[in-house]
Amino acid sequence: MDLRYTPEELAFRDEVRAFLKENLPEDVRQRLDNGEYGNKEDLVSWSRILNQKGWAVPHWPEKYGGTGWDPMRQYIFLEETQKWPAPQPLAFGVNMVGPVIYTFGSEAQKAQYLPRIANLDDWWCQGFSEPGAGSDLASLKTRAVRDGDHYIVNGQKTWTTLAQYADWIFCLVRTDTQVKKQEGISFLLIDMKTPGIEVRPIVTIDGGREVNEVFLTDVRVPIENLVGEENKGWDYAKFLLGNERTNIARVGMSKQRIARIRELAGKEMSRGRPLIEDPRFLEKLTAVEIELKALELTQLRVVAADAKRGNTGRPDPASSILKIKGSEIQQATTHLLMQVMGPHALPYHDYDIEGSNMPPIEPDYAAHAAPSYFNYRKVSIYGGSNEIQKNIIAKAVLGL
Amino acid sequence: MDFDLTEEQSILKDSLDRLLTDKYGFEDRKRHMAAPEGWSAQMWASYAEMGLMALPFAEADGGLGGTPVETMIVMESLGRALALEPYFPTVVLGGSFLRFGGNGDQRAEYIPAVADGSLKLAFAQVERNSRYDLHHVETTAARDGEGYLLNGQKSVVLHGDSADKFFVTARTAGGSRDEAGIGVFLVDARAEGVSVRGYPTQDGARAAEVTFDNVRVGANDVFGDPENGLPLVRRVVDAGIAALAAESVGVMSAMHALTVDYLKVRKQFGVAIGQFQVLQHKAVDMFVAIEQARSIALYATMMADSEDEDERGRAMHAAKAEIGRGGRLCGENAIQLHGGVGMTMEYAVGHYFKRMTMIDTTFGDGDHHLYLLSAGGGLFAAA
Repeated sequence: MDLRYTPEELAFRDEVRAFLKENLPEDVRQRLDNGEYGNKEDLVSWSRILNQKGWAVPHWPEKYGGTGWDPMRQYIFLEETQKWPAPQPLAFGVNMVGPVIYTFGSEAQKAQYLPRIANLDDWWCQGFSEPGAGSDLASLKTRAVRDGDHYIVNGQKTWTTLAQYADWIFCLVRTDTQVKKQEGISFLLIDMKTPGIEVRPIVTIDGGREVNEVFLTDVRVPIENLVGEENKGWDYAKFLLGNERTNIARVGMSKQRIARIRELAGKEMSRGRPLIEDPRFLEKLTAVEIELKALELTQLRVVAADAKRGNTGRPDPASSILKIKGSEIQQATTHLLMQVMGPHALPYHDYDIEGSNMPPIEPDYAAHAAPSYFNYRKVSIYGGSNEIQKNIIAKAVLGL
Repeated sequence: MDFDLTEEQSILKDSLDRLLTDKYGFEDRKRHMAAPEGWSAQMWASYAEMGLMALPFAEADGGLGGTPVETMIVMESLGRALALEPYFPTVVLGGSFLRFGGNGDQRAEYIPAVADGSLKLAFAQVERNSRYDLHHVETTAARDGEGYLLNGQKSVVLHGDSADKFFVTARTAGGSRDEAGIGVFLVDARAEGVSVRGYPTQDGARAAEVTFDNVRVGANDVFGDPENGLPLVRRVVDAGIAALAAESVGVMSAMHALTVDYLKVRKQFGVAIGQFQVLQHKAVDMFVAIEQARSIALYATMMADSEDEDERGRAMHAAKAEIGRGGRLCGENAIQLHGGVGMTMEYAVGHYFKRMTMIDTTFGDGDHHLYLLSAGGGLFAAA
């Protein structure tokens, strides 16, 4: 047992850092460090820089563009890019539909989609949740009916993140209503330009336009866009949801935010002294740091176990712990960051007013604190709510 | 990075677990507790035979050259069995004084005796007013020829009534809260002027109040720098905290296993109570706390032998705070999920809860260490 990085791993970490320093535009880094939401242009240009280097999809098999890094190197890469911070890859393509396509898709699908995902030529979004199917995802109702060489799709998806930019959506659709609900679901790839698709934004409590409703009305989808077998979509969905072991805890991101909290708490004053000297605030921050340190080791244990076992593609129940604890810590850090700002967290910046030439309300770094806190309530809800994660552990690990 | 045990470490773990499974059931433990010493001399002999006492010492000193990982393995297993023997004060604490503070003569004299199980040690550190401050020392060590004359009283000396010798912190100079001027002395329990009053502790183990009344110690019994022994004390206590973190993982895992089993067999309203989601989620909260404790115990183990006092200290503060938090969560939920039977002295789960609670009060509770870590700049400040 040796919990230190090996000299080779440290050298790799330095290589990643050097690459980030050399290639990530400083204005992009600053926007992210400032807590601003990533924008499309920054992500697209960064994805292409990474792809040119061959680092856009590290965890994919090498023949589809992966790097061949072992899980530890993949983890180091992820943590370094989050700490820097650099834009995080579009998960819907790189972490979700990409692995489903190279694992279950046809050769034609692999050739058509995978290179375009790696280069972010195609922006993917996820069509899983529906108004009546949240935690009980398998009860989804969007119907796909075979009509010659096409499926005709009708229904409504919701909470579709960044669908406003999407070229493609991967959807769970019901292809058989006569069987157990999990057994009549198929996995379809749908071009967002197909007639009959309408995207409507859902404004979230932070004022953000991140999620959408997607309405599908008589949408004709060629049958070659079916992934794998008809009515096996639930298996692919479970694979997809359990496939996020290395990313879900977001340790690097929380480290970045803690560094930011320390930095800004040194500027903001409390009772005539920098807030960072307030013992009560410090204890709250330190308690989060301790949880994060433990989570980092928990994450590394999962990574090491993965490396040993080989990626079976089966969800590891430990990933449920990472989700629960990782989301709690992310939420705690957004709350602390907002507390740092004190009353300056209050002004609301309406994202609808564009092109305004009014100067920002000072301090400019305070603007995103409250919205981030509000926005991050989502992390314990999406991807299987924390309560669902507890059900999974109770059943799969504790045998209850 | 590598989380695997070596083959030797796996063998150590398996054989100790087998021994404890066979010989240290809850009923056996009750019997051991009733022995005059409050623990089992036979088990102690078995540990020595297995080489557990020799584990952490260098081969050159007559030990087995083990690392903190071996200590982690042993402590976790002892924790799972709620073992009562004085392994922690003798081998972990006393052994650390010998390893880190002993000169060649001292190591040659005492390590073989610890290694074969014949010498039992204890650490006389706590005082009535010290609370958790290692530097608060009112016991005095006055120069007396080549040696020292010790006066003072030490409290809650773990396994103090079994010890053959005590490592004692005493002040050679300065005021009672000065960091400088603290020495570490090895004192024979039968020396003139030493009186020991033993008693049981809340977790079923033993401790003692130890009084030193003009006790004479020779120059050979001084460990480290008598004017500046605090760094040595900190190093020993840090090794102790890493060991307690590992023990906590064993204690927490065992009480979780008992709890989950109980949820499966206890029926109310016609079903096993483990069917109820509200209880399932509490059991999962415990599980998450245990995995976090296991991770932080690994971190503490990794840092336990570090020469960098600052970095090592931060890791131990973090570990103690985390097991304090998680241990309480785990223990209180274990009792709650058992309901009334969890309250009974007759049933095992409460004893795990009590051990976990007492670990928190040993060498500083979670709040104490959270305060020290936060006041010292936190965990990531240095990184």
